[in-house]
Amino acid sequence: MSTTKNSDARSSREKAPAGERVADWADGRLGIYSLAKANMRKIFPDHWSFMLGEVCMYSFIIIILTGVYLTLFFHPSMNEVEYHGSYIPLQGQLMSEAFNSTMHISFDVRGGLLIRQIHHWAALIFLAGMFVHMMRVFFTGAFRKPREVNWLFGFLLFVLGMFTGFTGYSLPDDLLSGTGVRFMEGAVLSVPVVGTYLSFFLFGGEFPGGDFVARFYSVHVLLLPGIMLGLMVAHLILVFYHKHTQFAGPGKTNNNVVGMPLLPVYMAKAGGFFFLVFGVIAVISAIATINPIWSMGPYRPDQVSTGAQPDWYMGFSEGLIRVMPGWEINFWGHTLVLGVFIPLMIFPLVLVAIAVYPFIESWVTGDKREHHILDRPRNVPTRTAFGVAWITWYMVLLIGGGNDLWATHFHLSINAITWFVRIAFFVAPVLAFIVTKRICLGLQRRDKDKVLHGRESGIIKRLPHGEFIEVHEPLSQEALHTLTAHEQYEPAMIGATVDENGVERKVKGTEKLRAKLSKSYYGEDSQIPKPTAEEYKEITSGHGHH
Amino acid sequence: MSSQDIPEKNLPAAQETEHGAVGVADEQNPFADPGLPPHEHRVQDIDEQAAKRSERAVALMFTLSMVATVAFIVSYVAIPHDKAIYVFPIGHLNALNFALGLSLGLALFLIGAGAVHWARTLMSDEELVDERHAISAPPEVKAKVLADFRQGAKESAIGRRKLVRNTMFGALALFPLSGVMLLRDLGPLPGTKLRHTLWSKGKLLVNMNTNEPLRPSDVVVGSLTFAKPEGLEEHDHEFQTEIAKAALMIVRIQPDDIKDKRELEWSHEGIVAYSKICTHVGCPISLYEQQTHHVLCPCHQSTFDLSDGARVIFGPAGHALPQLRIGVNDEGYLEALGDFSEPVGPSFWERG
Repeated sequence: MSTTKNSDARSSREKAPAGERVADWADGRLGIYSLAKANMRKIFPDHWSFMLGEVCMYSFIIIILTGVYLTLFFHPSMNEVEYHGSYIPLQGQLMSEAFNSTMHISFDVRGGLLIRQIHHWAALIFLAGMFVHMMRVFFTGAFRKPREVNWLFGFLLFVLGMFTGFTGYSLPDDLLSGTGVRFMEGAVLSVPVVGTYLSFFLFGGEFPGGDFVARFYSVHVLLLPGIMLGLMVAHLILVFYHKHTQFAGPGKTNNNVVGMPLLPVYMAKAGGFFFLVFGVIAVISAIATINPIWSMGPYRPDQVSTGAQPDWYMGFSEGLIRVMPGWEINFWGHTLVLGVFIPLMIFPLVLVAIAVYPFIESWVTGDKREHHILDRPRNVPTRTAFGVAWITWYMVLLIGGGNDLWATHFHLSINAITWFVRIAFFVAPVLAFIVTKRICLGLQRRDKDKVLHGRESGIIKRLPHGEFIEVHEPLSQEALHTLTAHEQYEPAMIGATVDENGVERKVKGTEKLRAKLSKSYYGEDSQIPKPTAEEYKEITSGHGHH
Repeated sequence: MSSQDIPEKNLPAAQETEHGAVGVADEQNPFADPGLPPHEHRVQDIDEQAAKRSERAVALMFTLSMVATVAFIVSYVAIPHDKAIYVFPIGHLNALNFALGLSLGLALFLIGAGAVHWARTLMSDEELVDERHAISAPPEVKAKVLADFRQGAKESAIGRRKLVRNTMFGALALFPLSGVMLLRDLGPLPGTKLRHTLWSKGKLLVNMNTNEPLRPSDVVVGSLTFAKPEGLEEHDHEFQTEIAKAALMIVRIQPDDIKDKRELEWSHEGIVAYSKICTHVGCPISLYEQQTHHVLCPCHQSTFDLSDGARVIFGPAGHALPQLRIGVNDEGYLEALGDFSEPVGPSFWERG
């Protein structure tokens, strides 16, 4: 930097350059030099999957920017007004002020439609980004100590993002979103004992009443984003504090982090990436219409259209409610609405299942060390299989949530799809688990093969006596190291239950379960032993060609 | 988590040293870490011509971004907000939205692309190594913190003066109740509101589309008619809330085809009136199959058989649609003979 050069050269009487003086002023009050010393040249490792979290962060910023703009024009009121804007087909229609002002934004504010569409598209991408980012963290084991708390922060961001999205797309009070709100009311009503009270407090009386848009509005623009902003800052502080994880490779250990410095490379790459994400979302919003409320019309509780779908991230809850049999139990003048209440309870369970996973795994392994080197998914078959089983479960529910669209687009029977989902809800995750585990083990075998016998070169050689052999090229030292760098656990064993004096040791049921789980993670059937140095030497010492 | 029953040495933390065959750099280990590979120069590092080309490419992108921003401003001013254009292969789009989005998108994207290209081609790409620090504090720090904490706790006397402590906990635990109380007026109590609709004896069935009272002759076999109670108008303050319960669908079925005895009794010459609000989670049912007299809720596909007491034949709904008992008044108009005999819409705890 030129300032340093200048400061060396100039005499002490000369004034420091302006930038330095500003920095001095700020340092005297904020201590920025110490902060910059720790972070300005902070190292970030390079991998495409590390960008997924950035996509989330940037789309969140885009959502906040565009959201603030939308609040300048949106009226969160359910007062009925007649439409007199520039969209002819709805002239004279009765609608809430919320719908009316959304129409105004879409048709009479120049660029308003674009900002609305960027806001909505960015929200969809935000949720999709978090979903994929979480998958990345899950399958590479980046959630292990010391990052379990950050996994929970991220999980909360995902769940809050879902509800912020839901309250957001309900605000225009259009026919589609109103149907979604009605669904929510029906779900709340199903809660035993207090359901009707919750519903009346939520809607200020009977559905739909005249309050929910204003209430959703403050939840959507203030309460939830406020919490999310705090969580995201905490998430980033922890990322900085923990330093980034990295994949195993030459020169990369559990005690270092190898990559490029924040200034200048990541400043440019990550900063530039914000513009790339924003630019792509803007182009999508220019060419792909989303949530065309004008063609759906204002909400009326006695009207609905076919093919009603929530935004994608709510789709799995839609699947739960659609495929559940309509069980209802009447007793002593009360009704237990299991057909709705059970899905309402499974909904959080689906999510909590991934939230608690890091703690279950660390309990099973009993591992208390810090992990900064990422796992390749194949090297942890049981975890990977759990993850794939969960995704399969989620996808099955998404199919259930869109059963009508599957039926109409693929000319299938809706009854058949519903029954398929009912069965697959239980069966598909198990199948996915088994298949994934086998694939992982196969990939481990291939890695082992590559280490011991080298890479298939594709060259066929004919030996003098006529035999054909394929030439294998030995791997580089870097590749050998990378393929063998992962740790392999041995299952936790309960050990002898009778000690040398013949005294029986009591073993708790939970510990037995733990040993069992540990075996399913690290037993013989769950990992292929890494090639040892002896095996390698024996094979490469000459007679190893097969 | 306690691990008293599984010996420590059987846990992974202990196995590391025994079984871990990795990481240590020694000549005997063929898989030893060879260390960071040497830095390979890019063409821009060696060839100033190539670096100049990269510089021009980056500058071009930044310049085009400026052009795109100007295009945004020009579009904002020049394009009328109601103009439509045809864009192949997407179809008809709002011209202003298309122009603004495209120019804004390009302006942003080109800044990003320029910055990334700059970083990738012109900034140093030499990998650097940072050592990690321990996340947890060293033991002496921990000891100091614990000692400080004990000192502070002792000075506060929170452990010794139990009365102070316990009453403080009591006060802290109670005061949030005020906040809970304040939520009470979020809404009225349910009472029996979910059990009643606007329908009552003598109310005429008014066609939702024409706003005219219905006569039996208006309802033909195979048609599906939506009706509201007489006196409920769209402009009414409570219209949305009332129609959410009172919406009615009316079909005509040959009396011989009606399988349910009560349904036949409550009908008029085969004209039956059912609640339009699904008993699952409250969507309005709107798909009617003329031949089978099945109605389907488009939201969650609950299917009801209108010729058999509207019982559920498929889908997640838990019980049949409530039927409204109807008749004809002296002037020949269809009228309700009372309110629904059971609550309409989704089930709830007090429904019974």
